[in-house]
Amino acid sequence: MRWLLRKDLLILRRSRLLLALLVLYPVAIALLIGFAISRGPSKPHVAVVDETPPGQTVHLGGREVQVSSYAKGLLAGVTEIPAATRQQAQAAIESGRALAAVVIPADIVARIGSVNGPTGLEVLYNGNAIEQSIVRAQIEAAIAKANVEFSRQIQGAAAGASRELLEGGEHGPLGAPANMIGLNRIPSVLRENIKGLPAGRGRRELERVEAFATFAKQSISETGKVLSTIGQPLKIRTVLLHGRRTPLDTFAVAVAVAISLMFVCVLQAAGGLALEREENALERLLRGLVRARDVIAEKTILAAGCAFAVAFAMLAGISAFVPLEWSRVGQWILALAFGALAFGAVGTAIGALAREVRAATLLAFILTLPLALLALVPEGAVSGALNAVIAVLSFLFPFKAALEALDTAVNGASPALWVSLLHLAVLAAAFSVLAALGLRRAR
Amino acid sequence: MRFGAITALDDVSLKVDPGEIVAVVGPNGAGKTTLLSIISGLIKPSAGRLVPPVPEVGWAPQQQSLYKALTARENLELFAHLESVPDADAAVERMLEQTGLASRADERAGNLSGGNRQRVNVALALLGEPPLLALDEPTAALDPAQRERLWRFVAELAHGGTAVLFVSHNIGEVQRWATRVVVLDRGHKLFDGPVEELAAGGELEQGLLALLAGWEEAA
Repeated sequence: MRWLLRKDLLILRRSRLLLALLVLYPVAIALLIGFAISRGPSKPHVAVVDETPPGQTVHLGGREVQVSSYAKGLLAGVTEIPAATRQQAQAAIESGRALAAVVIPADIVARIGSVNGPTGLEVLYNGNAIEQSIVRAQIEAAIAKANVEFSRQIQGAAAGASRELLEGGEHGPLGAPANMIGLNRIPSVLRENIKGLPAGRGRRELERVEAFATFAKQSISETGKVLSTIGQPLKIRTVLLHGRRTPLDTFAVAVAVAISLMFVCVLQAAGGLALEREENALERLLRGLVRARDVIAEKTILAAGCAFAVAFAMLAGISAFVPLEWSRVGQWILALAFGALAFGAVGTAIGALAREVRAATLLAFILTLPLALLALVPEGAVSGALNAVIAVLSFLFPFKAALEALDTAVNGASPALWVSLLHLAVLAAAFSVLAALGLRRAR
Repeated sequence: MRFGAITALDDVSLKVDPGEIVAVVGPNGAGKTTLLSIISGLIKPSAGRLVPPVPEVGWAPQQQSLYKALTARENLELFAHLESVPDADAAVERMLEQTGLASRADERAGNLSGGNRQRVNVALALLGEPPLLALDEPTAALDPAQRERLWRFVAELAHGGTAVLFVSHNIGEVQRWATRVVVLDRGHKLFDGPVEELAAGGELEQGLLALLAGWEEAA
């Protein structure tokens, strides 16, 4: 095996393009991911047409708020392209300067004050489906935020009015007259006065008024509590059952490293074994010079070694941008090594099936890319039967196990790294057996 | 030798003495490739045995079996070590000298001419100084001058005591270089004897066609 390994390293050293790719790839990907995560998402360009008259205000909870200041808050998540008219906004979209336009209608104040349902903002879109989706999400999030703010203001106004009804006073939101009595005091005042009245129709009528005032007081008190839940009826409380929370950016690092590990490893192992057949050397090797399992082991080890180096360099590079815990480097090494061996075994199985390098490369892409993407589909995101199929495929292909191992090693996502490592070891053995069967068939 | 229900070789025995150059000829489907595959150890026979054992048979396949990214010397070094040839470096130098490749030893095999690549292919088969050399269509991709050089080299090997067995469709080469000819058809051995014996009126091709026609009629 030593001489085969030496030979393959010699061939690798002479494949300058491949060698350059192996060196430049981790550097480029690390820089890309690092910048992408550390810089945050860029804001989409959106043209904004404010058709409301200058200085127009909305009355909310006794406060006057300028429409233009609401619009600014509403569009905080986008880069605003100023447009005076709808035509200018359309021109900005058509020229590609803006992905969308938001039109704030002139009658927005009248609509807010009316009872004819929600007020509409007009949104014009352009760009492809993904760009539209991003803009739509940004604008919908901004509108949801604005709706919460409106709701809060309305809730505040209603609460103030309730308070005024209960406690009386003066200069409240309802514009109550000076020294007005509140509902809180009315029942006791009535009771005091009823005591001194003789039995009869007049007393009975006042007792009914006192009962009504008591009921109204209780009901309006409850209304205040109900109003506090209107603005945000549901709140999220998260409970983590196992391990610790993985931040999205460091999970993205694990995904990127796992994908790179997979591609480098599978492509190199598949190509390496296919090259033996393309050069007609496999028959010469297997007629007693080398055992098939040694050829498979050599290709797996070489591919795993290269992929390990690439993936480790990527992690080291990304750690310059994203805080990764170097104290866990031992676990990184284990996860990368086991993942690389499993992917290497997959590569040899593919290489054993293909007669030439090009076919092996194509087969490697066709097989690995969809399987890796399937493994990223969250459980329960698709229907039951399809979910089961995806779960089985993800279990049989090493990507998910490698990703879990890396997520655990890099982020401490799960306390049981050994489960993923064992899974990867079993898959490595199984795919090596498949590769051996493929070589036997090839002979 | 059987492949499922098909009998590829039916009770075919063959002995090649040191110094002999034996040609195996016959139409397509005769069993020539199967015979050479058994001798070179690529497939195991259903019955019978091979002497010498596979590792002592030098094998040069029709499709050149070498690494084009390596030089001629590196190819020879690799297989010398894999075959555990004693004093591998000396064996490599000897083969480079014998095959006339010493001056091109450090060129990548992919850059060599078809003839020189075939020489490397044959040199790889000869590294362990095997008593039997099996060649599959050794001159199929070569021009006339390259063929001539290769056959002279093979003849020298035979002169040195190596037994040579080759498969060929080129009857002219068989008549010129083989000392013995074996004719196969549909897995049966039809003839095994000196070339002169089969060559009717001095023409091997005529004798071969007559033999096959007679066999066809009898069948």
